[in-house]
Order: sequence, then C-alpha cells, then structure tokens
Amino acid sequence: MQSGYTPQKGDFTFLHRQDLSTDTNFASQSYWKGVFVHFFHNRRAVTGLVIVLLILFFSLFGPVMNSFGYRDIVQYRNENNKRVVAKGIAPQIPALHRLFTGEELEGNFSEYTFLFGTDDLGRDLWTRTWYGARVSLLIAFVTIIIDMMIGMSYGLISGYFGGMVDNVMQRFVEIANSIPRLVIVSVLAIFMPKGMGLVIVALLLTEWIGMSKIARAEMLKIKEQEYVLASRTLGAGNGHIIFKEILPNTIGPIITQVMFSIPTAIFTEAFLSFVGVGIVLPQCSVGTLIEDGFNNITTLPYQILPPILVLALLMLGFNFIGDGLREALAPKLEDM
Amino acid sequence: MAKYVCKRIGMAILTLLIITFLLFFLVRIMPGNPFPSERMSAEQIANKRAEMGLDDPILVQFVRYMSGVLRGDFGKGTSLYNGAPIKTVLSSAISNSFRIGGIAILLGTAVGLILGITAALHRGRFLDSFCTVFSILGVCVPSYVFLIFLQYNFSFRIPFFPYFFDPSRFLFSSVIPSLSLSLFTMSTIARFTRNEMVEVFDSDYVRLAESKGMYGRNLVMKHVLRNALIPIVTVLAPLVVDLLTGALVVEKIYGINGIGKLMVDAIAGEGIDYNYVLALGILYSALYIGIMLIVDLLYGVLDPRIRVSAKEGDA
Repeated sequence: MQSGYTPQKGDFTFLHRQDLSTDTNFASQSYWKGVFVHFFHNRRAVTGLVIVLLILFFSLFGPVMNSFGYRDIVQYRNENNKRVVAKGIAPQIPALHRLFTGEELEGNFSEYTFLFGTDDLGRDLWTRTWYGARVSLLIAFVTIIIDMMIGMSYGLISGYFGGMVDNVMQRFVEIANSIPRLVIVSVLAIFMPKGMGLVIVALLLTEWIGMSKIARAEMLKIKEQEYVLASRTLGAGNGHIIFKEILPNTIGPIITQVMFSIPTAIFTEAFLSFVGVGIVLPQCSVGTLIEDGFNNITTLPYQILPPILVLALLMLGFNFIGDGLREALAPKLEDM
Repeated sequence: MAKYVCKRIGMAILTLLIITFLLFFLVRIMPGNPFPSERMSAEQIANKRAEMGLDDPILVQFVRYMSGVLRGDFGKGTSLYNGAPIKTVLSSAISNSFRIGGIAILLGTAVGLILGITAALHRGRFLDSFCTVFSILGVCVPSYVFLIFLQYNFSFRIPFFPYFFDPSRFLFSSVIPSLSLSLFTMSTIARFTRNEMVEVFDSDYVRLAESKGMYGRNLVMKHVLRNALIPIVTVLAPLVVDLLTGALVVEKIYGINGIGKLMVDAIAGEGIDYNYVLALGILYSALYIGIMLIVDLLYGVLDPRIRVSAKEGDA
C-alpha cells in the first residue's frame, strides 16, 4: 500500500555531533582497552613493566653516563710517568664518602666514582654491566621476534589447512621438539665459530616451536567461526584469511608467549656465554660478566653482583609482565 | 590401551632413530678430519680412514655404529682423554650425574610439593605469599648462581663443605650442587602444585564431596591432591631431563666429572671432540624421548579420561 506522501525538505535536519547522546555510564569497552585497564590494575604486572623499562633505560644510557668505555682500562700516568691502573677497585662514591665520614678516600683513584667498582683488568663495571645488558637484550629481542614470525606462520598454516598438511607439519615439530636444545647447540658448535652468531642461530632453531604450538591451537579455535566463513564466501584467498583475518585475533596469546620467551633467551645466552661458546671477548654480555665475576670471586667478590642482579631482575620483570598479560587477556570471573 | 602404548613406543623409537641418524650424518659431513693432520702423511690418513671404515657409504657406517651403540660401544674420543674408550668415561660420568641429579629431583619434588600444598591450604595468608616469593626467586635466579653463592659462603668464607666435588666423600660434597640444582625444580613444583590445588579446591566435585561431609586430610588426599597431581607430572618430566643431563654449568663450576662437564669439554675446549658430541647427543636425546614417553604413559594411568579417549581413538 502506498501512501502518497513525498518527503519535504524540512522533514530531516542534520544532527550535530554534540547533540548525540551516548551512554557513558555503561559504555561498552573495546577488547584492547579492557586488556590495557586490566593489565595496569595488576600491581605485579606494573612492577614487572617498571623493572624492565628501568633496565632498558640503563642499558641504553648507562654506558654514556660516565666517561669510561666498556673496553677501556681506567688508567693514568703518575709523576714518574708510570702507568697506574684502576685494577680491582671496590664500588666507591667519593662525594658520599666525604659526606658521611668527613674524610677523603684513600688510594690512587680516590677522586673517581665507580658505582659498581672495576674488574681485575681495570675496566669500569658500571659501563660493562649496562653494555652487557644491552647485548643480551638485543640478542633476545631480535631472535624472539624472528622466532615469533616463523613460529606463528608455521602454526597458523598447519592449523588452517589441517589434514595431511597438518599431520606432516606436526610430525616435523614433534621430531624437532624431541631434540634437546643442548644437542642442537653442540652440533652447531661444530659447524659455526663461537660467538654471537652461534647463540642467535641456536635460539632461532629452538624457540619457534613453542610459538607454533600456540598459534596452531588458536587457529583451531578460531577457524570455524562465522567471520572466517564470511570472508571465504566473499572470495578471500587462504593467505588473506590466515594473515589478515585470523592472525590479528591470535596475537594476544602469542605476545604472552613472547614475554615468556625473552627471559628464556636471555637465560640461554647467559648460559652459553658462561660455558664458553657464546659471546667472545672483548664484547661482553650478562653471561660473560657472570663468568668473569665467578673467576674472580675469591679476590673481588663484589664483581659478580651487578650482572647477577640484572639477570634476575630481567627474568623477574618479563615473567611478571607475561603473567599479567595472560591474566589480562583471559580474565577469570573472580578477578573482575 | 595396549595398542595406544605400542603406538607411542613405536613413535618414540622411530623419532630417536631419525635424530640419531641426523646427528650421525651431521657429524660425518662436518669439515676437517678427525685426525691430527699435521702429524700424519696423506697416505697414513687414507689408511686410517679405511681402517675405521670412513670411506664406506654413510648408511653402512650408520648401521655399524648403531650396532656398536646397542652393545654400549660408542667408539673412541678424538681429542678428549687421550682417546680413551668413550664407554668407560661415559659410564662414570653418568653415575656421577645421575646420583647428584637424582638427589636434586627427590629433594626438589618433595619440598616443592610440601610448599605447594602448604600454600594452597593457607591461601591468601602469610604462608601463601612466602611460598610465592620463594618460587619466584627460584625461577628467576639460575642454579649456577645459587651454586656460586653457596660455594662462596659455605666453602670459601666458612670452609665447611668442600670447595670442589670430592668423589671419596660423595654425599657430603654433593650437598651444595644438589641443593642448588633442586631450587628450580622446587619452585616450579611449588608454584604448580599451589595453582592446581587451588583450582581443584574450587571445582564442583570437591564442593560436592565437602557437602557430603568430607573434610580435612581425607578430602585433600583423596580428592584434591590426586587430581592436582596429574598436571604436575607433565611439568616434572622436562625438569627431570634437565636435572639428569643439564646440570652443565653446575658440574663445570663445582668440578664434578659428570655428563654435563663432559659436554662442555667436548664443545667448548680447544678442539671439538666429534665422537663425544655424537655419543652425548644420542644419550641426551634417548633420555629426553624416554622420559617423555614414560610421562605420556603415566599420564594415562593417572588420568582415566585419557585412557578412555585412547580406547575410543582405537575403535
């Protein structure tokens, strides 16, 4: 039935943005905003974030805070033109010492500030510690990001296609997963020179497996959902569906896994360097610094403390962030 | 069930064979030759190669090597221990490592379980936070750092324990390495036990048991712990392998002649000893795969649901 009415010009008016009323009391929250809020309400997660950011800050700017380079030996020539080297000096801050005791420090380097002391060769440990932290963090970030990309693609493809493809790919993962990491490292040590490259390749070969498992599990959960079907109906190809439609929805658990993998990578690097197949001189990392400290522990016991603390705090920080993210991404009812 | 077990065992053996072959192949194609070439003429090397069968096809070599391995014969080292038979070196190393690792596992699991259960029973109170802090500490600090700490304080500053491992006083000198090795296991188990038990305590069937009048030890032992234990077994498995084999740095620092130290010597020394790398690689992989297999089967025993689903899978 037709009403013979034709719309008039004055029937509709433009509504301006300020006239719109939205319900602010019960506004719906976007997923990521919820995660964000949840994460920052978690005291532990924030502590972890602060720790990691502090170490990151010092590893970037710590080495330039004083005038010593990481491989420079602190020394000067005295009036007899003899070399005086700052070997094995305990942590000292002359200004504070003067303030509290009213006396000057003794020794040849009484006016120098060594926050962490110097090592047996006379290198400043403050600079070396943060430089080492920088190397360790760099290795960890680079390898884990590459591993994330490899593992994610592998897991998503395996889960998406299923069937024969999945079967073959999972058998491969099973075999790769049952080779102990140490065996991989030892075989690599045969083929590669010791050094940073060995550490990076060893990490690349082992860490992607965990990521691929998580990505595959997420894919299996998601791939039957309607929006995937809708996308396919509209003619999207497999590549588009996997990487453009599904990948963004699996990113949460994968980021959590990254947060747990980074401390593993730092740990592995420290361990390999300690054993002697990792970072080589004159470069240093947290692992080599701990090794140096251990070698001098009976004479310079303070030397081992800074790298150990940095390592432990990094582990702590990343684990806290990981825990916080996991809770924020999949909040349980009781935590709400 | 029997079919499931056979399938799992078959898979494990196949995987191990593939890994062994890969290792063997990689070690054989590596650059250089296993003899000190400056001291031998080309002819001598050729003779030696023929004598050792290095010119045969790789599959023939592999079968020959494997038949030796099955009889416990791993050949001889190329640079370590003056070419002594690997078998004798390895067997003493295994016994050292396994004894220390074994103590660490027992200690870590026992104390970890006690800590975890205590924390779960006192949820939200002081003991719970204490256990949490302890387990965080144990996970964040590597075992060798604990070892250095213990060694420095209780062997160097207070010379009570020996500074290095002393095989003649086995138990006494394994206190420090076992303790430092067990801390990681301890804290992981404690954290897991606590979380699992808390989850089980909140489950419906425990609530049902409680409403039927069960309480106290009976409830905890029969209903909570048994169900909480299942996931713990899976966490324990990799830890066991790590402890039996991966006490690398600890063994190096404390001077224990175990497999870890052997591995470090084999890869980090001046020359890399390929035969040791190969033998240890096979050993590590076999242990790893074996323990994973045991855990899988144990899981079926502990969790009836898996038994059932395996049966259905067969049908």
